[in-house]
Amino acid sequence: MKETPLSNCERRFLLRAIEEKKRLDGRQTYDYRNIRISFGTDYGCCIVELGKTRVLGQVSCELVSPKLNRATEGILFFNLELSQMAAPAFEPGRQSDLLVKLNRLLERCLRNSKCIDTESLCVVAGEKVWQIRVDLHLLNHDGNIIDAASIAAIVALCHFRRPDVSVQGDEVTLYTPEERDPVPLSIHHMPICVSFAFFQQGTYLLVDPNEREECVMDGLLVIAMNKHREICTIQSSGGIMLLKDQVLRCSKIAGVKVAEITELILKALENDQKVRKEGGKFGFAESIANQRITAFKMEKAPIDTSDVEEKAEEIIAEAEPPSEVVSTPVLWTPGTAQIGEGVENSWGDLEDSEKEDDEGGGDEAIILDSIKMDTGVEVSDIGSQDAPIILSDSEEEEMIILEPDKNPKKIRTQTTSAKQEKAPSKKPVKRRKKKRAAN
Amino acid sequence: MEEEMHTDAKIRAETGTGSSPRGPGCSLRHFACEQNLLSRPDGSASFLQGDTSVLAGVYGPAEVKVSKEIFNKATLEVILRPKIGLPGVAEKSRERLIRNTCEAVVLGTLHPRTSITVVLQVVSDAGSLLACCLNAACMALVDAGVPMRALFCGVTCALDSDGTLMLDPTSKQEKEARAVLTFALDSVERKLLMSSTKGLYSDAELQQCLAAAQAASQHVFRFYRESLQRRYSKS
Repeated sequence: MKETPLSNCERRFLLRAIEEKKRLDGRQTYDYRNIRISFGTDYGCCIVELGKTRVLGQVSCELVSPKLNRATEGILFFNLELSQMAAPAFEPGRQSDLLVKLNRLLERCLRNSKCIDTESLCVVAGEKVWQIRVDLHLLNHDGNIIDAASIAAIVALCHFRRPDVSVQGDEVTLYTPEERDPVPLSIHHMPICVSFAFFQQGTYLLVDPNEREECVMDGLLVIAMNKHREICTIQSSGGIMLLKDQVLRCSKIAGVKVAEITELILKALENDQKVRKEGGKFGFAESIANQRITAFKMEKAPIDTSDVEEKAEEIIAEAEPPSEVVSTPVLWTPGTAQIGEGVENSWGDLEDSEKEDDEGGGDEAIILDSIKMDTGVEVSDIGSQDAPIILSDSEEEEMIILEPDKNPKKIRTQTTSAKQEKAPSKKPVKRRKKKRAAN
Repeated sequence: MEEEMHTDAKIRAETGTGSSPRGPGCSLRHFACEQNLLSRPDGSASFLQGDTSVLAGVYGPAEVKVSKEIFNKATLEVILRPKIGLPGVAEKSRERLIRNTCEAVVLGTLHPRTSITVVLQVVSDAGSLLACCLNAACMALVDAGVPMRALFCGVTCALDSDGTLMLDPTSKQEKEARAVLTFALDSVERKLLMSSTKGLYSDAELQQCLAAAQAASQHVFRFYRESLQRRYSKS
């Protein structure tokens, strides 16, 4: 779906409000929206809500062989997906720019900062290491995706437990969660991204922009920091020119915000661990607030299935018996059997529509046919019968190949001469095959 | 009444959530549903069955690409995304099943040349995933206000090696079962809209599972009705 464009009056309204230090949701310039973290029943699953922006994070692990140049290190893989429910404009082909930018920023923040100890993920050097995969799904887009995603990623990584492995000499034993308690990942520090939106060429600054504010902003500065005030990543986009003291001020603000967010994360992780240890109820079912009028719960409901058998017998007794189906397979040659007669061949239709097709479409059909054909000999045989006529070596001239049965079809210039030879020989082959099938 | 529920909760807590063995009679797991939880989609719902949880978002009726438009009815599209990894063939097949169910129920002729998109995200999978997806899709369509001729629900049955019927199986029960059958039933006459089965079973067992699913669907529809009654209780 196309994105609804922002109207001029809305844009002016937002900018005027920002000039007067007012935000539409009543926040102050440096205020974050409410952050809510909830965990699922399996380890490594969490949902982070930053205001209305919602991100689902899941960590999973697998034993794989390590990369050749890093034989003693585990592999980290991050994947942020912008789900189509997050915004109407997010369609599979359309979001590539934003997606690449977010994924790259997330990777720099978490991988390059070395927050996870990859050496501890090694099981057998050069043969088996753990591959930790972090999947993030954006469920609702209300601005500031990168902050929510980085919080979700680090929370999921801290919450995750991988199966325990023990190595004794040459023997490697992988314990299931029932045999031995799974083991947490070794995390050095928790980098968290903080976003700053700039308006009116850097005059006004807002922390944690929401979706409307992101539409009218001039540029964005993202600083990833941990609670020890170490900057892990810093990125300025949008082409705004910032002064040195502006950047320094932003980093100070980021330090304060990251400390608050880290405290919140640690508290949430602690609460979840406490609930699990005490055997209480945990998971997403518990995080649905009881008081909300839009939420409803029903306890376990027993179903009476005592009369099921009688009902079934009644239905079968009343039903007509199934029609007799006798299948008579006919064996043509070893490996070719036929059951039934089949319907009329519709390949004839394809020939007419092909003439209107693009060259690209035609090429696809060629490739499919060449895969279907068992032997390459067949191709070259027919090809040699129809020796391709190369009028000149120039790649700029148009080439017209006259086919024996069909009207001449102009073939657009090919990039390499090899292709020039192949394309004409394949086209007649394709036509001939179609004719055979039609018979 | 509330105290009973608290003691029930405590007993369940001792055995651990989600892994409590169910008695010889069939029972559905703990259900929960929250509607309108996302601000961008036109309708959204999160449906939980025990530990299985699916989030659904609906956009529609909205603009449709010219290549996909149908001149006399709405184009329904279903997208299912797994939690881990890229979507594969299993997701595509589930999408098609859910789409066929929705198309049978949604009154597409009221909105020609538009698109209705249902996006489903698996939040956690602990058995009966297809049924949970169907339930979440139905509640999200209701939340979006898409006109439908009936509501629909999904129920999963599992048959284990000695022929015992289990409703709403957990993933452990599904793995050990001889056959797993999922049915989509409509709310007006409990008729069958869609069925997807896996495994070996006799025709008598099929009819038994269908009858059991119809009995279970009564509870699911009662849950839908009560949750919507609660939602519109303050007007």
